[in-house]
Amino acid sequence: MSVVENVGLDRAELLRFIAAGSVDDGKSTLIGRLLHDSKSIFEDQLSSIAKTSSKRGMQNVDLSLLTDGLQAEREQGITIDVAYRYFATPKRKFIIADTPGHEQYTRNMVTGASTANLAIILIDARKGVLTQSRRHTYLASLVGIPHIVVAVNKMDLVEYSQEVFTRICDDFAVFSQHLNLRNIEYIPMSALNGDMVVERGDQLNWYQGRTLIDLLENVDIEHDVNLDDFRFPVQWVCRPQTEELHDFRGYMGRVESGSIKVGDAVTIQPSGLHSRIKEILLYQSNFDEAFAPQSVTVTIEDHLDISRGDMLIKSDDQPRVDKEFTAMLCWLSEQPLSSGRKYIVKHTTRMVKGLVSQIDYRVDVNTLNQEKTDSLRMNDIARVVMKVQQPLVFDAYSRNRATGSFILIDETTNNTVAAGMIC
Amino acid sequence: MSHRSFTHLDALESEAIHIMREVAAECANPALLFSGGKDSIVLLRLAEKAFRPGRFPFPLLHIDTEHNFPEVIAFRDHRAKELGERLIVRSMDDSIKKGRVVLRSENQSRNPFQSITLLDAIAEFSFDACIGGARRDEEKARAKERIFSFRDEFGQWDPKNQRPELWSLYNTKTHSGENIRVFPISNWTELDVWEYIARENLEVPSIYFAHWREVIPRDSGLLPVSHLVQPRDNEKIEKIMVRFRTVGDMSCTCPVASDAASVGEIIAETAMTRITERGATRMDDQTSDASMELRKKEGYF
Ligand SMILES: Nc1nc2c(ncn2[C@@H]2O[C@H](COP(=O)(O)OP(=O)(O)O)[C@@H](O)[C@H]2O)c(=O)[nH]1
Ligand SMILES: [Mg+2]
Repeated sequence: MSVVENVGLDRAELLRFIAAGSVDDGKSTLIGRLLHDSKSIFEDQLSSIAKTSSKRGMQNVDLSLLTDGLQAEREQGITIDVAYRYFATPKRKFIIADTPGHEQYTRNMVTGASTANLAIILIDARKGVLTQSRRHTYLASLVGIPHIVVAVNKMDLVEYSQEVFTRICDDFAVFSQHLNLRNIEYIPMSALNGDMVVERGDQLNWYQGRTLIDLLENVDIEHDVNLDDFRFPVQWVCRPQTEELHDFRGYMGRVESGSIKVGDAVTIQPSGLHSRIKEILLYQSNFDEAFAPQSVTVTIEDHLDISRGDMLIKSDDQPRVDKEFTAMLCWLSEQPLSSGRKYIVKHTTRMVKGLVSQIDYRVDVNTLNQEKTDSLRMNDIARVVMKVQQPLVFDAYSRNRATGSFILIDETTNNTVAAGMIC
Repeated sequence: MSHRSFTHLDALESEAIHIMREVAAECANPALLFSGGKDSIVLLRLAEKAFRPGRFPFPLLHIDTEHNFPEVIAFRDHRAKELGERLIVRSMDDSIKKGRVVLRSENQSRNPFQSITLLDAIAEFSFDACIGGARRDEEKARAKERIFSFRDEFGQWDPKNQRPELWSLYNTKTHSGENIRVFPISNWTELDVWEYIARENLEVPSIYFAHWREVIPRDSGLLPVSHLVQPRDNEKIEKIMVRFRTVGDMSCTCPVASDAASVGEIIAETAMTRITERGATRMDDQTSDASMELRKKEGYF
């Protein structure tokens, strides 16, 4: 382990993770600890939070002040919205989203979770698996975070007991077996003292597994993106119409999954037209191949009518194209869902009008029970049937995060009111 | 390139290009804020990658405090010309003449008042989106801000009520008079910016590199001597080797002692530094724990 040496990072990978769990389980402290022990806290930041800590009569520096950046958060001592923090080791650069624990801020947690490769679920060793830990784990599985680390924290307050740790792991395993989580690792730690975060410490010698940083540095994230199905939603069509580029038509976008080579046959959806890739470019570079998540510009062999919202697909693996689909919906707005009302559906680079035509059930996120309902309120999660006015080109979210996700926007307020994951 | 060699800089670049293209496609009338500083220099390269061989689908906009370093202004004009893109400059002096900005003294920092000139420019051109080079690692209020940061008709940021921002499905909808600030390099750190400048071989204003300069040690910083900053009684001018980490208002932007004369040396220094960019260089951010948050609530970038 060597986190100090920061030079030569241009070959490092990027890993995004969130810290989740119940209020006061130690999320902010853990992040502060990671930053501190990886030498990513700057002296002026440290002296500023030291000042605030002592103003509040605390003996030690409260590392949670590092991420609770809003006035209201520092006044109330809670996390309201996601804070992003950055640190790096020679192997990886990390983006941390510190997410709020309170139920009323679930939507902010989902925001942080939607782009994460990994979630750390903190559990207070004294309290065990709480309702909120369950809710966050469920949300992590719903949002399809590929890797879960259960951090049993505050081990210093239970005399670093292996028994306590094992019992909590067993509880967690029982509850989580019904969730779609492939990759769960358990670590005992004390975020406050730093045991098993960056350093092993000398209190947890019965634990043979990896430290948190070791795991963060080495977990395999290459397969977190779908490398099989080529999906290229067109964002912007480039037609310079200058003399030398008179006929140039570049389709600009990001490879959301899979890869493509010059010469490959592609289908354009939803029109169903066919062509071949002629060039793959970006600025002054030409590529033979592009892969997720590269942003590129492509040209094709034929003159076809292609515009924003269309999707280029490798011809042998077709997504679904439909005006009706089932989805898990997370309601984010204070204004409840009005059934029958039209919302704007933003899916990949396409915006269409649509409505929730049926609510199959709502999930009680604490018990995972399914219940009947005819309305959705803030923080509700439900399985619904969506109907949209023009066809969307999509895959199941479990197969493809980028082509399986959508948001709903209220046309009157312009607010983002729901996040959806296609089943 | 292959999957294996896709680095964190590649990932950050691709994300930023994707963001810029979303703005171009969905916003009716965007602008890109270009100050001549390193972050907005990176934005311009990202815009080239996003839109060439086409032209930029937005003009460049600079809110000029008239307190800028001359090297930076010269660079701004040179770079805009080289790109062949349209540059709009709106000066705070005009806002002062119109009585929109009232200063206590000629030499005070003009940073807090940029918001007024910016909001006036937004109204003048009906910009519905402004792309800016702010980064979340700069400051704790910024660390909380969305990539697409919605502002109401008074330009205000409401940190307790931000739009949820999921995946990379950005909500760009605004009512007329409202505005979105878009930060494509939100997830970049100071070190990433310099590594990208090195990788792309980007030109930056000369004052980023070590040079001899007359400074006055004041409070915890080194204030650069200029027509705006003169020694007070008991203060002595020193001439030392410095470079700037940020290039803002001359009356409050401090250089750091350094002999880093190349981008490579700056990267090495940035990787080792123990003080944040703003902590080392901006006197105006040190007045209170929440000065940035307060300014953002009033319409600042
Ligand atoms: N004894 C002990 N206290 C801890 C540990 N981790 C966090 N705490 C304390 O628990 C309280 C809540 O921590 P905080 O990080 O704000 O929790 P959050 O709400 O999950 O962000 C603070 O007083 C921390 O000092 C730990 O490992 N051991
Ligand atoms: Mg917290």
